[in-house]
Amino acid sequence: MARYETVIGLEFHAELKTKSKLFCPCPTEFGGEPNTHVCPVCLGLPGVLPVLNKHAVELAVKAGLALNCDIQRVSKFDRKNYFYPDLPKAYQVTQFALPICRDGYVNISGKQIRINRIHLEEDAGKLIHSGESILDSGFSMPDYNRAAVPLIEIVTEPDIRSAQEARELAERLKSLLEYAGVSDVRMEQGSLRCDVNISLRPEGQTEFGIRAEIKNLNSFRAIERAIEYEEKRQAAILDEGGRVIQETRTWDDGKGITLSMRSKENAHDYRYFPEPDLVPTVIDDIWMNEIRQSLPEMPEARKHRLMTECGLSEYDTNRIVETPMLAFFFDEVIEAGADAKLTANWILGDISRLLTGNEDKLPIKASDLAVLIEQVKSGAINHSSGKLVLEEMFMHGGCPLEIIKTRGFAQISDASALQEAVLKVVEANPEPVADYKAGKKKAMGFLLGQIMKATGGQANPQMVREMLEKALDA
Amino acid sequence: MLTRLTVAETIKGLQEKQFSSLELTNAYLERIEALDKDINAYITVTAEKARKQAAASDKRRIEGNALSAFDGVPVGIKDIICTKGVRTTAASKMLENFVPPYSATCWNKLENAGCVLLGKLNMDEFAMGSSTENSAFFTTKNPFDLACVPGGSSGGSAAAVAADMAPFSLGTDTGGSVRQPASFCGTVGLKPTYGRVSRFGVIPYASSLDQVGIFAKSIEDCALILSYISGKDEMDSTSVPVEVPDYSVLLDNGVKGMKIGLPKEYFGEGIAKAISDMIKAQAQKLAEAGAEIVEVSLPHTGYALPAYYIMATAEASANLARYDGVRYGLRVERDNLADMFKATRSQGFGAEVKRRIMLGTYALSSGYYEAYYNKTLQVRTLVKKDFDDCFAAGIDCLLTPTAPTTAFRLDEKSNDPLAMYMSDICTVTVNMAGLPALVVPCGELGGLPVGAQLIGAPFAEEKLFRSGRVLENERLIPQFRNREGR
Repeated sequence: MARYETVIGLEFHAELKTKSKLFCPCPTEFGGEPNTHVCPVCLGLPGVLPVLNKHAVELAVKAGLALNCDIQRVSKFDRKNYFYPDLPKAYQVTQFALPICRDGYVNISGKQIRINRIHLEEDAGKLIHSGESILDSGFSMPDYNRAAVPLIEIVTEPDIRSAQEARELAERLKSLLEYAGVSDVRMEQGSLRCDVNISLRPEGQTEFGIRAEIKNLNSFRAIERAIEYEEKRQAAILDEGGRVIQETRTWDDGKGITLSMRSKENAHDYRYFPEPDLVPTVIDDIWMNEIRQSLPEMPEARKHRLMTECGLSEYDTNRIVETPMLAFFFDEVIEAGADAKLTANWILGDISRLLTGNEDKLPIKASDLAVLIEQVKSGAINHSSGKLVLEEMFMHGGCPLEIIKTRGFAQISDASALQEAVLKVVEANPEPVADYKAGKKKAMGFLLGQIMKATGGQANPQMVREMLEKALDA
Repeated sequence: MLTRLTVAETIKGLQEKQFSSLELTNAYLERIEALDKDINAYITVTAEKARKQAAASDKRRIEGNALSAFDGVPVGIKDIICTKGVRTTAASKMLENFVPPYSATCWNKLENAGCVLLGKLNMDEFAMGSSTENSAFFTTKNPFDLACVPGGSSGGSAAAVAADMAPFSLGTDTGGSVRQPASFCGTVGLKPTYGRVSRFGVIPYASSLDQVGIFAKSIEDCALILSYISGKDEMDSTSVPVEVPDYSVLLDNGVKGMKIGLPKEYFGEGIAKAISDMIKAQAQKLAEAGAEIVEVSLPHTGYALPAYYIMATAEASANLARYDGVRYGLRVERDNLADMFKATRSQGFGAEVKRRIMLGTYALSSGYYEAYYNKTLQVRTLVKKDFDDCFAAGIDCLLTPTAPTTAFRLDEKSNDPLAMYMSDICTVTVNMAGLPALVVPCGELGGLPVGAQLIGAPFAEEKLFRSGRVLENERLIPQFRNREGR
């Protein structure tokens, strides 16, 4: 059996985080009753004209900066023509000949993946089918709320060689876009979408094989699985001496297979030509500097700061910076006055544990966590109570002081109260006391446990230990 | 006769309370009622709305709250310019019942100035044509000879002004659609600089060439109106932030010291000799008024017409793609989507529109783009450079014929698209270069008007008006020849 090298290029569509659409003032907010976020412009009524949203241009430039691209000071829009009911003008306004960003790169483990281009374009609407899917529907109705929401399309060079690399690139790209503040990058909501171009070639061959394009990949896992499936499918064809058909395929996540959508012969001729209703987008030095300065802190700078200014270990830093949501949260918590190292411990420990299975939303406020950390640090509650408070905050919300009060977590640090409890336990347990005195230091643990039990777990463990040692050594 | 007054005279009459806007409006509505069954200039007459607007205007004037000098002046608008709440068809079955929920900026400005809308004027469907015979509804007749076309595509706008069924009107000009009908109907016609007047709300034919234009009875009127409708519009990215002067105060500055060019390419083959001679006689008038007349050359003129028809149809193929039956306008129901698209577009568009969509689609197709569309971009650059070189050499205006002939007969060219396209030979270059051009009636041949075309540098409309004033004669009054039963 011949051995093949896999060649992959990815195309990402990311929805830009603007308030209004690309060419009109309609809101971009997700959801809403069908056809309520629309106006004559995004519905493509006769005679209306597009007016470019400057903020979308700024976000596209930020994406370019985040992906190390050359920002084009002059870019232009083109029309991409095709008929479909979700496309109001029957052409999509996009950048074909002169995109806004070119020639970038993203580093993944031990490798650089080149970015060919980033261009700005408008999204289409969506069809709501009367049945489960378009195939079993008697009719479909267009919803234009998404029509003309600004997107960037990011196109990589065919530098990727495996499903794992593709997944790593996708994850890295998502994180970079999130840090740049460009997009919400939620794959499940469709604000980040990925298409895979994949071909195989016999090892050692320099020219590319015939590729298939895979669409409808809604998660990182789907990207990985679809590539693995496609590698096997194409290898099987080539093994038999066949030819891979150049076509567009769709990923069926349930069945774990790709299916043919349309072949090259049926491919659209989009008849691109310059959009005459818009003037070229010119970014002068002043605007460029403004955009550059408004770019949020990117991962490398962030890592440097967390290690040098916050004193975190490289390991902890990498783990925090890996997930932008946690990194933003970390900053908010320390800004609220919490100790950086303790914050890192909480975030990487209990919070990460509690987030498992629901990674995209933190249900607690940074200021609340800062309060909780302070409560534990000051000894007002002990660490195990702190964990319980955090769990409560995750499950039901509420502020930590409230929870500590209602659940009675406040730690007993009153020396006389503790002393009394210690003496009682010593009195009631002569045997372990004798054991301890005879050198069986293990008995200490038992006695400590008894005291914690007697105080409902609220005793300050540090103080109890000291008092117990004193009482026993006396 | 109120309807014979120019806009300037009308404004004066309203200001001096010689008549009210309602009296004026009624006079126009009565004239439309009496004449338009023969001329067919109006697709929609908005009589009720007009009387209401006129009455409101009169009230404002009495209270001393006139919105502008134009308050109460009636106007007719080409049916490709969106008028909020008033059906706007583009003379197409596709939009036969389309009522826009917004107004074009140019109409908005006039409405805010107090103008009274008489109605919407006939045209070639989607502005594609040079005779108004491509209207999906009916053909407009030339008021000078009802057996002749009024020109196109803004034929209704030209005929209405010529026949005193509107004191002025708005049209659009993509390749001569204001100027050629102005020449055929003996009115003043202006195609402003590209970007001078907002295109927002104007149903596009070819976006990079379209510009709103004016039909008027005098150059003074044209200048007055231009000041009202011009200016940068935030809704149109291609409108240009060049200051709008009061064009009417500069009219009589004369042409002394101005250099007027006669481009030799516009006086050769294909242009009726009588017309060439008539235009050259106008040059003489300008010379007598103190202008220097020089022969110039615009060497790439010959490439302009074919390039224009590729560029315009390419843009049109995309601009007209939205009429698919999904959201508004005509829908021909079918069992599946592709059939619905096909049936709707087959039945909704007329023959010429389909022809141009196909031409444009072809020109943009993979494998042909370089040979066709891309070449037209190069031609456009060269055509523009020809003009730039002239103006850089000190030429203030160019003087040319507007059309190769006077108004031709109905049906004469309607089955010969190429012959029809040739009637734009003197006008398309101006759109390709984005320049302003003014048509001034300069006489008649065989009872049909002839207009001279003055072409200027970008935003040099003022020089066109000054030159035009030197050529301006007593207005030609149409005789309605061949009017049946009269």
